[in-house]
Amino acid sequence: MHEHDVIVVGAGGAGLRAAIAADEEGADVALVTKLHPVRSHTGAAEGGINAALREGDDWELHAYDTMKGSDYLGDAPAIDTFAQDAPEEVVQIEHWGMPFSREDDGRVSQRPFGGMSFPRTTYAGAETGHHLLHTMYEQVVKRGIEVYDEWYVTNLAVTDHDDPEERHCHGAVAYEIATGNVEGFWARDGVILATGGLGQAFDHTTNAVANTGDGCAMAYRAGVPMEDMEMIQFHPTTLPSTGVLISEGVRGEGGILYNDEEERFMFEHGYANNDGELASRDVVSRAELTEVNAGRGIEDEYVDLDMRHLGEERILDRLENILHLAEDFEGVDGLDEPMPVKPGQHYAMGGIETDENGETCISGLYAAGETACVSLHGANRLGGNALPELLVFGARAGHHAAGKDMKTAEIQTGRSAKSEDGDVEPPVEPGAIEAGSSDGDVAADGGERSSSDRRSDAAMVEPKETLEHTVRQERERIESLLEADGINHAEVRSNVQETMTENVNVFRKEESLNDALRDLRRARERYEDVAVADPSRTYNTDLIHTIETRNILDVAEAITLGALAREEFRGAHWRAEFQERRDEEWIKHTMLAWDDGTPELYYKPVLLESQWKEYEPKERSY
Amino acid sequence: MSTIEQETETEETTDESAEPTVESPGERRRAEKQERAQAREDQRVDEEIDHSEETITLKVFRYDPEVEGKEEPRFDDFTVPFHKGMTVLDALIYSRDHYDSSLTFRHSCRQAVCGSDALFINGRQRLACKTQIADLDAGTIRIEPLPHQEVVKDLVVDMEHFYDQMEAVEPYFDADELPDDELEEQRQDRENREKIKMSTRCIWCGACMSSCNIAAGDNEYLGPAAINKAYRFAMDEREGEQRKQERLRIIEQEHGVWRCQTQFSCTEVCPKDIPLTEHIQELKREAVKNNLKFW
Repeated sequence: MHEHDVIVVGAGGAGLRAAIAADEEGADVALVTKLHPVRSHTGAAEGGINAALREGDDWELHAYDTMKGSDYLGDAPAIDTFAQDAPEEVVQIEHWGMPFSREDDGRVSQRPFGGMSFPRTTYAGAETGHHLLHTMYEQVVKRGIEVYDEWYVTNLAVTDHDDPEERHCHGAVAYEIATGNVEGFWARDGVILATGGLGQAFDHTTNAVANTGDGCAMAYRAGVPMEDMEMIQFHPTTLPSTGVLISEGVRGEGGILYNDEEERFMFEHGYANNDGELASRDVVSRAELTEVNAGRGIEDEYVDLDMRHLGEERILDRLENILHLAEDFEGVDGLDEPMPVKPGQHYAMGGIETDENGETCISGLYAAGETACVSLHGANRLGGNALPELLVFGARAGHHAAGKDMKTAEIQTGRSAKSEDGDVEPPVEPGAIEAGSSDGDVAADGGERSSSDRRSDAAMVEPKETLEHTVRQERERIESLLEADGINHAEVRSNVQETMTENVNVFRKEESLNDALRDLRRARERYEDVAVADPSRTYNTDLIHTIETRNILDVAEAITLGALAREEFRGAHWRAEFQERRDEEWIKHTMLAWDDGTPELYYKPVLLESQWKEYEPKERSY
Repeated sequence: MSTIEQETETEETTDESAEPTVESPGERRRAEKQERAQAREDQRVDEEIDHSEETITLKVFRYDPEVEGKEEPRFDDFTVPFHKGMTVLDALIYSRDHYDSSLTFRHSCRQAVCGSDALFINGRQRLACKTQIADLDAGTIRIEPLPHQEVVKDLVVDMEHFYDQMEAVEPYFDADELPDDELEEQRQDRENREKIKMSTRCIWCGACMSSCNIAAGDNEYLGPAAINKAYRFAMDEREGEQRKQERLRIIEQEHGVWRCQTQFSCTEVCPKDIPLTEHIQELKREAVKNNLKFW
């Protein structure tokens, strides 16, 4: 068993920042990651880091832009905290050596970005995330923080109290990929989940193969509510073959979108008569799919993004990396021909419910970054707000877990914050498949204790006992996956991904959402029969992917249930039956709690007021 | 069709519903289970391949120290339907998900930024995700793990030595002094930022180290990636002169820059086009200048 004060799960931007913060407070902290830190997907972020640094700008303006961008589904205490902490965090990483792009006077450059009322986006070329990730990992090395790389955390060690808000997280269980060892990690002060995105729930995504929603799924099954899971951002310009992102910068520089009839459809079909190609991401994504659905797509699949008219010199100067991406990943020369693009899943605004200090309703369990939902982005994330989020809330979670004295959070978490029961009628029963036999199918159940187990083992509240129990359970789950004879998880995973992209995409209809829930139920049933064909203990990625697929199933279902519940059009969430924002009823968060295998839907109010400011919902027009 | 089936040669078809025999331990049960999975996969493959027009063949290095039939390295063939824009990584993923789920390789971002999938493809270090099959101009693609590194399994190599060398150059920013105001950034002129730009693009994929003859013969040689990392900081004027001296001392050691014989193999294979050899040469010059200064 390994012992540390703070265990951070995941070593991308949020995890690294959290670990450094805990170290700053003197805690013994360890990072546990299924990759090596520099392989994390923060490295793929292109755009930038928003912060109000300069004269004429102000954190309140950044906060206002963010609240408006969220379509009034962000919580004011989270947004205000974020906008106030961001400048200090950006200067901090500059002091750590981040190679920012510079102005003539040697200061950090800032550029305009969509939805921002001031040019406050700092950046390092078009590789901002890469530099941020490496800069922070360097500081982790400097501090000698322990890193368990290629250790896959499969479950959390959480006590057994009936009420999730009485539960305590004492650590995590991880599988060493190189050797097949399963070990407990005892966290004396806290576990911070920083596992990143969940894009692999979709079959066309800009996310890495490793972004399988592990943190969300583990916290969900441990009793932490998932918040606003339906809020998924689709990026309008991704390459059709791979989902590789073509930055907004191309359209920013003047790139034009054409349909199969060579029409500049953003204007010619009236999707955005003012902003055209530069309208917000959700608007452009819907326009593209509308074109394809109307038969005006190219090869019935995509549209063209043309930048040839910008000229070779300008393209090479400002968009060189785009040429490489199009050539390497689509076999297209952007100087010579238009680039095919279509919308792809890009970012999850929702996630693990936390407060401003990163804490969940389970004491000792924290979350930060994309896996978390402190409710900063609400219904729509603005470009350049994800990187400062992982800095600000990674740092806060790390400090708080390490015992720093911080202000009590304004945001309430857990079921005690419930304002209203949810009403959603899924066509099939969601949640875990009831264990068929008396001993329960631990493998298929994702390591969740069955309710009977919970009752018979009610004394499981001591830290070590909780951890040891979870270790035993995970060893059993892994053994049974290795021993069993069954189908390959890849079939189940692609079933989930296909139905999500088909039915829970940019356009959402009740009927399609119900289809998705039916498909997901079938996928769950099939998952009962998965097994790992590779018998090896050495670097068994078949096993890792099989466990991930269970996590993908849980988050995909949560996204779909949220989408079915929210009967309005807000931010990234569009419903065919309800094509307008309905403030009177829907300024509230959709919450899903996993109650011993059965998801329970409820709502909690959006906080439009913090100790600093009060916001009035306005129309989100640009 | 997909793999060399050494086990199935001794035992023909297996009944799907057959219970594992009592006499055999888990090993045997697993072997049988593998065979059945293989038979199912092969059938599925046959069905899929029939409909595809163009195919390519991957010849993939296989090795697993603890699995019967894989303890001795071998090559397996996978036939994969080809489509425009397909990368070597796409073909590997296809092979794994359709034919043999035990086929093992690192990969994550699929866009040449995480550095996980540097492999030896048709005799050269390349990122699998960034290598278009159409560009290889070969009907058969030979895929091996990075040379000069210990193979863990299939295409996965042990990266520890590479990471150790990176850490040996104190790879972290460490300014002599910082502005007093915590909200004030350090100044850096554009030329200096431009100077270090290429060196900061390193994604730690290990292709350069694997291609380097010197590193292959001298296990203690820092290697191109680590020296480039040292360059990135030594040339960053924000750190200050004192730190730069310390950095030059590190790369000047016995197994440092002077080992490089400017063969340019690292520069040729770098997927991020970092002029590694030039950076090493420049550090040699800096070191000489530095030594003359103290003479």
